[in-house]
Amino acid sequence: MTHLGYLIAGWGIALGTFAVYALSVVRRGRDLARRVPAERSRWLTAPGADAGNRG
Amino acid sequence: MTETMATNGTTTGSRGSRVLGAATLLGLATLLLFAFGLTEADIRLHPTTGEEIGQFDAVRLLYLHVPLAVFTYVAFVLCAFASAGYLIRRTPWFDTMAHAAAEVGTVFCGLVLVTGSIWGRPVWNTWWEWGDVRLMTTLVLFLMFTGYLALRRATVDPRAAARRGAVVALVAVLDLPLVNRSVEWWENRTLHQKSTLGELKIQDLTLFTLMLGFLVFGLVLAWLLLHRFRVGWLEREDAEHGIAADIAERRAAIDEGDVDAAVGEGT
Amino acid sequence: MNRFLADARLVAAKDLRIEARSRVVLNQVAPFALLVLVLFGFALDADQRTLRAFAPGLFWVAVLLCALLAVQRSVSVEQADGALTGLRLSGMSPAALFVGKAAAVFVQLVVLEVLLTAGIIVLYGSEIEQPLLVVATGVLAAVAVACTGTLYGALASGLGVRETLLPILLLPVLAPVLIGATRAFDDALGNAAVDGWAWLGLLAVFAVVATAGGALAHGALVEE
Repeated sequence: MTHLGYLIAGWGIALGTFAVYALSVVRRGRDLARRVPAERSRWLTAPGADAGNRG
Repeated sequence: MTETMATNGTTTGSRGSRVLGAATLLGLATLLLFAFGLTEADIRLHPTTGEEIGQFDAVRLLYLHVPLAVFTYVAFVLCAFASAGYLIRRTPWFDTMAHAAAEVGTVFCGLVLVTGSIWGRPVWNTWWEWGDVRLMTTLVLFLMFTGYLALRRATVDPRAAARRGAVVALVAVLDLPLVNRSVEWWENRTLHQKSTLGELKIQDLTLFTLMLGFLVFGLVLAWLLLHRFRVGWLEREDAEHGIAADIAERRAAIDEGDVDAAVGEGT
Repeated sequence: MNRFLADARLVAAKDLRIEARSRVVLNQVAPFALLVLVLFGFALDADQRTLRAFAPGLFWVAVLLCALLAVQRSVSVEQADGALTGLRLSGMSPAALFVGKAAAVFVQLVVLEVLLTAGIIVLYGSEIEQPLLVVATGVLAAVAVACTGTLYGALASGLGVRETLLPILLLPVLAPVLIGATRAFDDALGNAAVDGWAWLGLLAVFAVVATAGGALAHGALVEE
């Protein structure tokens, strides 16, 4: 295959970056989820629904 | 939606996000199969000399680069709307979404520039080209949003960070047409003139693979946004929880008559 | 409206008076401007024909670098003794505060531009073929930069890392101003056959949007 080096570099860097970023986000999520009590970790409300006394 | 999106308390994953993630990985595998195995390289014959010209196998990078570019703009437009929403409604949902969209969008944007440059080297014979409109606009966009992320990281007060971030994001997005227009007028040259010697023929399979690329990277964006949004939300909760815990601690100290602990001294 | 203008003039006069007494822009930023021109001379091997060809671009890069300093200075005069809080408590509208501070930065930028123009004539051998275009470009670009800079100065204020954050926030946004002003100068200095007045149109749009948008956004930022 021609330009194989470029193909590997391009796809490799892209997929590699996504993998690293995804792992870092998931890890941050794990650390935070551990620290925040379970009852506060539900974000399933619609925008503005929990405006209340926050923000 | 509430059931599938609820967490199990130890991770930002949920049943919904796991399904999404699995679909994304499956899609990526399929895309790679199509991009490398089933589609053909771009080889055409020069009209007069008869030699083989075209992008050859470098075209396989476009199935990556073009979807990335499209979703970069999707992410930043989302950030702009969320920023506007925050300035109007001032709810944390908008702010968290804006920050998440900006961060994921910046990752996409950086990759657009890198993959574009890698594609450009064999095809245009250069790593970079000044004066190409899309290249310059994307570069300025990237710089503007790295600035946004730096500002948010540097601002300690969350409400100030949200407000300032929203303004920066909106100014960036509004400035972009001006950047685009000024580069377009400037020299009025783009590398697309160089490639008119042979337009990339988009036949059925190439088009399909490109569409597949759009689908797959749309899934990637959605998955990353979902998790990054949840992380942002947890960060807010964590900060508030930390403050609430401090307050509870001081109150308890007052009840016990421990004045020093109540005013935070002597710890 | 009268109140608005009076407030803005008050703030602008205050800033300019502070500058008149401290002479920071005059004694520090102006020499820096000339220094930048000299550095370019060294870096580009001091061939006057090259320098003359690049003069428009070098001029506007120098202006942008000086603008960073002028804006930083404009922000830092408010940090002393809670001056900014005092201004806000006075009931002045944030938009008037914005216009006043931007006007002061504008005046300082115009002074620097005049100095730099003399610089490129003397050091780079530039010739002004269309003085009106030079003046118009200078004024419009200064408005655009002063307003955008004042907005971003407010965005970065109060942060410990303001000095390093402001450049990376402000400069990318000013790319159209750099391109437009450089091309206009290419025409005005006789370097290239371009329509400088058309580029002036772009600068005008930027300047108007920066002024209006800046005043609006400043309100959103300053309220507590």
